[in-house]
Amino acid sequence: MGVEVRRSAQGVTLELSGEWGARELTDLEAQLAAVDVHAARELRIATAGVTRLDLSGAWVLREFVRRARAAGAAVSFQGELPDQLRLIDETLKDAPATPAPDAAAEASGALSAIGRYAVAFGRDLVLGLAFLGRATSVALASAGGRARLRPISIARHVYDTGITAMPIVALIAFLISVIIAYMSAQQLRGLGADIYVVDLVAIGVLRELGVLLTSIIVAGRSGSSFAAELGSMELNEEVDALTATAVNPYEVLVLPRLLGLAVALPLLTIIADLVGLTGGALLCRYLLDMPLTQYVSRVNYAISPSTFWVGLLKAPVFAVLIGMAGCFHGMRVRGSARELGRQVTQAVVQAIFLVILADALFAVLFMKMDL
Amino acid sequence: MYPALEVRGLVNRFGEQVVHDGLDMEVQPDEVFGIVGGSGSGKSVLLRTILGLQRPQAGTVRIDGSDITRLSEAQLRPIKARYGVAFQQGALYSALTLLQNVQLPMIEHLDLPAAALDELALLKIRLVGLPAEAARKYPAELSGGMVKRAAIARALALDPTLLFLDEPTSGLDPVSAAAFDDLVLYLQQHLKLTIVMITHDLDSIFRTCNRVGVIVDKRMESDTLERIVDHPNPWIQAYFHGERARARTGAARGT
Repeated sequence: MGVEVRRSAQGVTLELSGEWGARELTDLEAQLAAVDVHAARELRIATAGVTRLDLSGAWVLREFVRRARAAGAAVSFQGELPDQLRLIDETLKDAPATPAPDAAAEASGALSAIGRYAVAFGRDLVLGLAFLGRATSVALASAGGRARLRPISIARHVYDTGITAMPIVALIAFLISVIIAYMSAQQLRGLGADIYVVDLVAIGVLRELGVLLTSIIVAGRSGSSFAAELGSMELNEEVDALTATAVNPYEVLVLPRLLGLAVALPLLTIIADLVGLTGGALLCRYLLDMPLTQYVSRVNYAISPSTFWVGLLKAPVFAVLIGMAGCFHGMRVRGSARELGRQVTQAVVQAIFLVILADALFAVLFMKMDL
Repeated sequence: MYPALEVRGLVNRFGEQVVHDGLDMEVQPDEVFGIVGGSGSGKSVLLRTILGLQRPQAGTVRIDGSDITRLSEAQLRPIKARYGVAFQQGALYSALTLLQNVQLPMIEHLDLPAAALDELALLKIRLVGLPAEAARKYPAELSGGMVKRAAIARALALDPTLLFLDEPTSGLDPVSAAAFDDLVLYLQQHLKLTIVMITHDLDSIFRTCNRVGVIVDKRMESDTLERIVDHPNPWIQAYFHGERARARTGAARGT
């Protein structure tokens, strides 16, 4: 199989035989490379012995003939030129041999990377503002009765983002209160100040951790699902179809999600608070041997009337941030499956970042307000 | 000499629903075989079965003599390299450029140097009539007609002898569809391909197919194009002699 070289007075004859296909390509290339094209003034190629010649095989042969001709040999075929070779000649006759270089690959280096990043960041900011504006205007329109609220759609999102998230939110709230109680009990016991474990659990869960952890779970669950859902609708041209039927996608897709989440997240927060306090009670009962009545009265003493509301107030704000990040990135998906994955990732990362940033701002605000 | 593709006694069932019940089909080397059938008659299921994407309840599917319904994944690998498939929507990998799309099967199946990969992939792209500039584009940047051609370029990546086309001309305007039929004929003649295509396009059938198999009543009636149009089955009669087909069928008879 392959190439056999015969030298005679007239020059060199190459006898080709066997299968010349894509699978044998590497081997054939090596055999052809071993033929010394400089030694021959006249090169004859016999293809009668070839049992199968496909396009890849013909391409290798064509490349070899090109090299030989460039080296100054006169190449001829014994018998007819194989059909496949003629097909390649015809296909490539008016074409550049190599594809045009990538436009993106031209500018590289750190400086241009920073520039591109900055431009992309600026564009993201403008697009984000535009999204915020559209969503707000639709929300205002529906508040003024000019756009329809869609209660069924909102209910579906309350179910998807809220009801189905209850078990995981409850479990995490329970575990977090156990962690706080356990760690603080170890430290405070040495000081004989066990009773402050209750303060830590109650204030920590109600003010901060209940709502923050719930928001982070919801950002992971629902922020990603919003982005993936809207993103694949965008890929399937469903969003365009809505727009083309004069239905505002912000009204039917974005607003119900935002409102649904704004209802669901406070409810989830209340559940997290309840379960967290219960978890604290259980731990105090069995770890510190504190009677339940004492726990309850201490909780009452530790928290001020505003503690619960300070935590709960943050929930709808976080919900809107999560929903915005999810929907914004979902609607930015264009073209490819990879883009979908990228936007979903960004949606979750951004949602969690925004939630924590907003929580920090709230902390400063509430301190200034003496709450 | 084996038939290029031979299906015998194929049975496909989904729960209660029987899609194929003893379907026979035979495709000889170097012919263009058209598969026709009403919506929901199981054309896609047939194609999926032939491609080894799903196992039938009974029957054999032989490609070049080997029964793919009994082979393991590893044994199927060399057989899968022998055929190419162009899916209806193209199924191009959206994260890769056209050039990378064509190169992917080559990288997976062959051990080629980078330069050869580039040039061979570009050759396939030019062969289906796409400009070299298209090679660097992503599937989302290609028009519908270009996606169809690109799908064929990728199907040809491993120089198969058998090519499956799923509704190649659907969604194309008549001029592009005619150009596409020409491409199919051009490839078939020059690359000595055996082509199996699912199609609804009567123009396409009369222009390209040597033989046609019609799926009726969970089985296949196949014959040469000239003879199948006279088949007594009512659905086949309606298909080839309906309002939309009359002019075409008449023209075919004349030749």
